[in-house]
Amino acid sequence: MLFTIFAILTVAGAVAAMSLRNLIHSVLGLTLAFAGLAAVFLLLGAQFVGLAQILVYIGAVAILVVFAILLTRNAVATPQTIIAGSWKGSGVVVLAVFGILAWAISHSVVSRQVVPPQPGATMQQIGNALMLRFALPLEIIGLLLTAALIGAVTIAMDEKEAKR
Amino acid sequence: MTSLTSCLLLSALLFAIGLAGALMRRNAILVLIGIELMLNAANLNFIAFWRYGPNPEALTGMMFVIFSIGVAAAEAAVGLALIISLYRHSKTTNIDEVNSMRG
Repeated sequence: MLFTIFAILTVAGAVAAMSLRNLIHSVLGLTLAFAGLAAVFLLLGAQFVGLAQILVYIGAVAILVVFAILLTRNAVATPQTIIAGSWKGSGVVVLAVFGILAWAISHSVVSRQVVPPQPGATMQQIGNALMLRFALPLEIIGLLLTAALIGAVTIAMDEKEAKR
Repeated sequence: MTSLTSCLLLSALLFAIGLAGALMRRNAILVLIGIELMLNAANLNFIAFWRYGPNPEALTGMMFVIFSIGVAAAEAAVGLALIISLYRHSKTTNIDEVNSMRG
């Protein structure tokens, strides 16, 4: 029951984010979708991931998108059409993708599986896994984040400033 | 219908909505938001299979989602920096009008 409510919230937020004309309203819809998804993660027993979703997506990514919208002066709704020129082909692709996915899910063997008991994922288990078995990927993610930070600053730096 | 099926259906729906946004909208920022939604749909799949899969104590699905969130954050930062740079260069974020790589 709770899952249905949060699923409806998530889908409504995503649809609002993708269809509204004003970009600031779009980001509000996106935030709603992220929050609903975080609630679904919490319902599935992944507390750490749900809270990380709230911290990273709502706290960082949504704010970053708002900054980008304000910096590119997109905060007011445009009078011209918001749909790209090739929307008919895109619509066919989207419907085909969703149709194939839904058909595969409803016909697969996972839908006849029994529900296992709730697995535990304590902070201690996650920390152990991150520090022992997944230590190398963790370091690589740290390196990637550093490189992305430097790259983002370099790309967004004013070209005239950089020449001086 | 088990809960795994409903999770996967929600994820497929979210992916389709994100794909529709990424393909159909004219604004580059909205395209990036669509890509974020598709990444989130994939994360939901990982968590659902971790929850209902045979070996949840190995935590592989959860670890993959944690790393995926990190990569998505880096991708959003670089993508938005590219959009700001594009706006500074050509004074628009409408991807139908951006049709040249230089000048």
